[in-house]
Parts: sequence; structure tokens; C-alpha cells
Amino acid sequence: MAHRWINTLTHNDITPHRAFLNRRQVMAGLAAGAGLAGIGGAAHAADGLEPNSYEDITQYNNYYEFGTGKTDPARNAHTLTTSPWTVKIDGMVDKPGDYAMASIMEAMTIEERIYRFRCVEAWSMVIPWNGFELADLLGMAGVQSGAKYVAFETANRPDEMPGVRFPALDWPYVEGLRLDEAMHPLTIMATGIYGKPIPNQNGAPMRLVVPWKYGFKSIKSIVRITLTDQEPPTSWNKANAREYGFYSNVNPEVSHPRWSQASERMVGGGLFAKRQPTLMFNGYEEEVAALYEGMDLKANF
Amino acid sequence: MDRIRDQINATARRVPTWAVYILCLLPAPYFFYLAVTGNLGPDPVKPLEHKYGELALQLLIAGLCITPLRQHLGINLIRFRRALGLMAFAYVTFHLLVWAVLDVQTLGRVVEDIIKRPYITIGMAGFALLLPLALTSNNYAVRKLGVKWRKLHKLTYLAVFLGGVHYIWLVKGIQLEPLIYMAVILGLLALRLRGRKPSRIAA
Repeated sequence: MAHRWINTLTHNDITPHRAFLNRRQVMAGLAAGAGLAGIGGAAHAADGLEPNSYEDITQYNNYYEFGTGKTDPARNAHTLTTSPWTVKIDGMVDKPGDYAMASIMEAMTIEERIYRFRCVEAWSMVIPWNGFELADLLGMAGVQSGAKYVAFETANRPDEMPGVRFPALDWPYVEGLRLDEAMHPLTIMATGIYGKPIPNQNGAPMRLVVPWKYGFKSIKSIVRITLTDQEPPTSWNKANAREYGFYSNVNPEVSHPRWSQASERMVGGGLFAKRQPTLMFNGYEEEVAALYEGMDLKANF
Repeated sequence: MDRIRDQINATARRVPTWAVYILCLLPAPYFFYLAVTGNLGPDPVKPLEHKYGELALQLLIAGLCITPLRQHLGINLIRFRRALGLMAFAYVTFHLLVWAVLDVQTLGRVVEDIIKRPYITIGMAGFALLLPLALTSNNYAVRKLGVKWRKLHKLTYLAVFLGGVHYIWLVKGIQLEPLIYMAVILGLLALRLRGRKPSRIAA
């Protein structure tokens, strides 16, 4: 099994949920009483690594199955039934089958991972996830030696997901990783945020988190995991291959046709926040650069 | 129907045009205030940018409605067309400023984006087309240009079409709202392609 990854962001980097809310109230009071001065600058630590509030993380989402607006998922996702939940693991594995979410949770050890999260739309957050390494789940199913890729699929339930009634994308949402990416200790299955069960709008009951790739690679509400020897199709690549490659590693030097990726807006910084430079592999270069040795990242974007 | 039309026309005659300017301008500071106070969500730059862009498009569309309303329904709101056009230009400018100053933030990258990203190039082209229209929206220019003024201001058709394309192009995936805007724009432009009926009310 893969070696353990040591978290460099710690609990000290998190604004406690309650403290954050208190500060919000104080700031709201200031705004109401004393005008608008100082609001823009107050929210940011100097190093820019202050994690986002629970509220930011759960109210500002891209999850097109529940609508394309940033607030649509928080408003619409309550209709998704997440319990009971079954994940089909099939393809090149020793023990294919339907795994109940409850039994997966029993078998896995949940830990906290505080990761940077970078969207292809050039905004970013810092999120304290709870979850387990994907490698552990794949280990449970027994990956066969010929397998080279892992394919993922999101639930596709028009009755519960209003967004899939409109063809914004070719549903169901599918994603994929190369096996070594999937087995990397940074790659986790998230089942919680801030120690609470992960809300539906963030991909309950179980979603992928690949912190060195753009957020859309981190597929939500997974119902199927397939081990294969072929590079699997991915939803955004199918929608627009020129703009969304299979790898989609965060790379400030490879410009997206519609968004410069050299810098990012940090969510929660307010209207006047300065853009931050984007880090290679979203700041995880040391950990993951070796996976891509010898590859032309401009061609394999 | 005639009664309703006459009532609308009578009411419209009593509305001063400055009221339309004020009414159209109010959303600008309101949404800016919401953005500053954190009421447009945790990433306020984008919603503010989008809100101004949407309002610009809506005002342009409202301006396109004036002539068909008069030609087909006899409703005469032509007094307000200049106000709608100028306010649309104002919101395109606000949209552009929020994008350049608060979103992109550096001049070099603004220029790079305009050159490199077609949906931004198209948006800028729309702005450039509206600029001479805004500059000639005063009584002096209207008198001075005469017949040429009407020809020049047909550039609106192209500008609003480019605005619609800009919107469809900038969203991720296929989204409903920009398609609805484009359908309305194309519908209003199509009304102008059909043989023109003589207006029922002398202009």
C-alpha cells in the first residue's frame, strides 16, 4: 500500500467554525454601523493560507447536476437520497461487486486532510476534508495487475437531481485517473468536511479529492468505480476536449483557452482581494511531480 | 386592446425621461453595496461582473423592443429609447471595469485576455461598437448627423448580437439562460428583417 502523506496544513491553520461565524457577525455589525471601511482587507491572513469557513465551502459549489449557478447546489441538493448508498466496484479487480457505503465506512480509517482546492475557473479555497485514501478502498477490492486506469461515475437521478433534466453535460458525469494517480497518498475519498458528514452539495456520501488537479476532476457522489486498462472518458473532455484534458493538472503555465491559470481569486477574500499566483500542481509539486516525469504537460494538459 | 394601448401611451407621456435614467442607474450602487458587504456570496467579483453584464444585455434588449412595440402594437415609448441605450452602455462599462480592475487586476493581462480569448475579444468588440453610439446620443450630434445618425445607430443590432454570443461562449457547458437571451435577441432582430409596416402613429 502507498506510503502515508504528512499534512503540512494543521488545525492551527483552520479558523474554528464558531470563531469564524462570530467574526462574521462582528463584521456585519461594523458594516451596518460604521459604513463599509475595512471590510475588504479584514478577511485575509498575510500568507493567504487561511482555510475557508464551513459556510463558504458548503454554499459556494459547482455541481451541475443540481444547477449551474454557484448557489444552486446548496439550494437543490437536499433531494438526493444518500442513504442507503451503494458503490459498484468492477472491472479488473479481484472482488467486484456492490459495496454498501456503510460497510466501506466500517472498513476505512477516516482522517483529516487540509487541502488547497483550485477550480478551473481560477478561484480557490482551502478545505479541511475528512476521508480515507483511495488506495485503501482499491486495496479492499484487489486491483489486478493489468489495470492501468480508474474510472468513476456519479449518480444520475433525474428525479432527485434537477440539473440532469437539461443537457448541460452528457450525463452521468464520469471522470478518471491513471492508476498511479489514484494510488497516490494525496488522493482521497472525502466523506466529511470540518468533521461533519459531507453535505449533498459537496458530493455526499463519498467524493474523490485530487488536490493537485482542477476541481472538476474530483468527481462527486460516486456510484461506480471501474478498474480498466484503457484511458476512460471524462465528462468535461467529452464536452470540450480542447479546453479540458484528461490530466487537468493545475498548471500556471498552461493557459486554459478561456481563463488564464497563472493566478487565482481566493474565495472569501472579498471584493477587493488581490489575486494570488497559482502554484504548480496547486502547491503539491514536491509530492506529485514525479508522476509526470518525461511527460510534456503542455500536450498532456 | 386599443384602450390598453392608449392608456399605456397616456401614462408614458407623463413619465419624465430623467426618471428612467434614475431607475436604470439604481441597481449599479445597490449590487456594488451587496458585493462589498458580502451579500453576493464568498466570491463577489464574479457575481457583480455578471450582474452588470446581464443588466447591460437586458437594457439593450429593452431598447430593441421600442420600435416593434410601436410598429406592431402602437405603443409609443420612443422617448425612452435614448435613456435605455445610454444606460445599457453605462452597464457595459461597469461590467468592463469590474472585470478589468477587480477581476483581472493587471493591465498586461487585460490586454492579453482581449487578444487571446475570443469570447472576450467579442465582448470588447461589442463595447467598441457601442462607444460611437453613446458619444452621438446628444441633441447636437443627432442634428448634425441627420440621416447618417439612423444608419450609425443600426450598429446596435450587431453589438447586442455580439453581447449574446459573448454570454453563450463564456459559460461552461450548455446552459439555458444565455440561450434564452440569444433567442430573444434573434427574435427582435428578425422583426426588423421582415417587411416594415408603416407605423400607426406618426413619429
